[in-house]
Amino acid sequence: MESYYKPEDLRKFQDIGLQASELAEKFFDYYTAVFAEGALTEREKALIGLSVAHAVQCPYCIDAFTQACLEKGSNLEEMTEAVHVVTAIRGGASLVHGVQMRNIAGKFSM
Amino acid sequence: MKAAEGIQQDELYKRTWDPFRQTLFRHGLHLTRGKTTILQVNVGLLCNQKCRHCHLGAGPGSVGRENMDSRTARAVIAYAERSGFETIDITGGAPELNPNIDMLIQELSHHTQRLIFRSNLSALEDGRKDDLIGLFQQKQVAITASFPSLDEAQADSQRGNGVFRKSVDTLRKLNRLGYGVAGTGLELNLVSNPTGAFMPGSQAQVEKRFREILFQKWGIVFSTLFTFANVPLGRFRNWLQEKGNLESYMERLTTRFNPRAVDGLMCRTLVSVSWDGYLYDCDFNLAKELCMGGSKTHVSEMEGPPVPGSPIAVDDHCYTCTAGAGFT
Repeated sequence: MESYYKPEDLRKFQDIGLQASELAEKFFDYYTAVFAEGALTEREKALIGLSVAHAVQCPYCIDAFTQACLEKGSNLEEMTEAVHVVTAIRGGASLVHGVQMRNIAGKFSM
Repeated sequence: MKAAEGIQQDELYKRTWDPFRQTLFRHGLHLTRGKTTILQVNVGLLCNQKCRHCHLGAGPGSVGRENMDSRTARAVIAYAERSGFETIDITGGAPELNPNIDMLIQELSHHTQRLIFRSNLSALEDGRKDDLIGLFQQKQVAITASFPSLDEAQADSQRGNGVFRKSVDTLRKLNRLGYGVAGTGLELNLVSNPTGAFMPGSQAQVEKRFREILFQKWGIVFSTLFTFANVPLGRFRNWLQEKGNLESYMERLTTRFNPRAVDGLMCRTLVSVSWDGYLYDCDFNLAKELCMGGSKTHVSEMEGPPVPGSPIAVDDHCYTCTAGAGFT
């Protein structure tokens, strides 16, 4: 296998429903409902999706949500800021554990 | 007639999608004319811009034969007079630049209930076309203007440096003259095309956002916004090929084929006349030189609108108009 990730595999996502079809149906219905306009616009939801796609580092999701953001009218500046939001949270999540490190170091140090 | 850019390269590209005609057949559909109520007049390829999404390949270099002369303009006016189209839609290129445009507007306005003028906005910006805008007001011509994106970088990338600012200035000028303002009867519609190889967003949502942002930032108002997908012909097709996007773009269009969109397609109710007076089923077929119903007919040979039930020439670019909700 030359690569685990192939762009054309994204089109096969629905094939997951060939087994456990009821669960797949529930998932895809839910997925569609989540990204439909509600209290948040589809554009805002796509930006959140793009941000999370980077957090979970899913190349399929990055591909799909980058295109979704463009289709919904976002620009590159907004999309880049969305990626920074998740980067800040991921970085912050590591850094805030420094408190734990400091607590343990404090307990065991003189 | 000059062939639109990019067409000759088709044979070089490996096609991985079903031909449009075959898809229609598979769905048991026949694409034929209904009652033709719209005459679209393409006055030529001359344009002050050189947009990367243009299906015709229009631009500043397109002078000479690719522009409607006064003789053809008079033949078009005579056709409109004997046909009684409900709507006449003038397009280009930048139709502002055609030397016969004043005469066409003056005369065509007598022969239709609704006259539409398609503008790229920048061609109206510099003040030299104020008399033409005055004529629009006098004849209650509806203006349909290209405004692809709220983002300056995206818009300029598609349409050329500085076009976004010029477009904003022109919209503000048109608003000051009453265009797009409720109660004036002066219609100002916007058209938003994607600024790349992706589909347009939901028309209702895009319109809502454009309305909010344009008013908030520049106090601009407009009547209606339309979202149209880019048609893989001409300069846009060349760009798709250069970027290696043609196959994925076509897949995007073909997988969105909506059989229910076929009944409402614009080609069922519209006939397009080119700058040299020949008829096409739409402006995209004109770009591809697919003559109306498959045979070359001059406007002067027509007694009236095309007959209901007559065939419509199709090719793979037609997938653009049947994708999703359709392009009507």
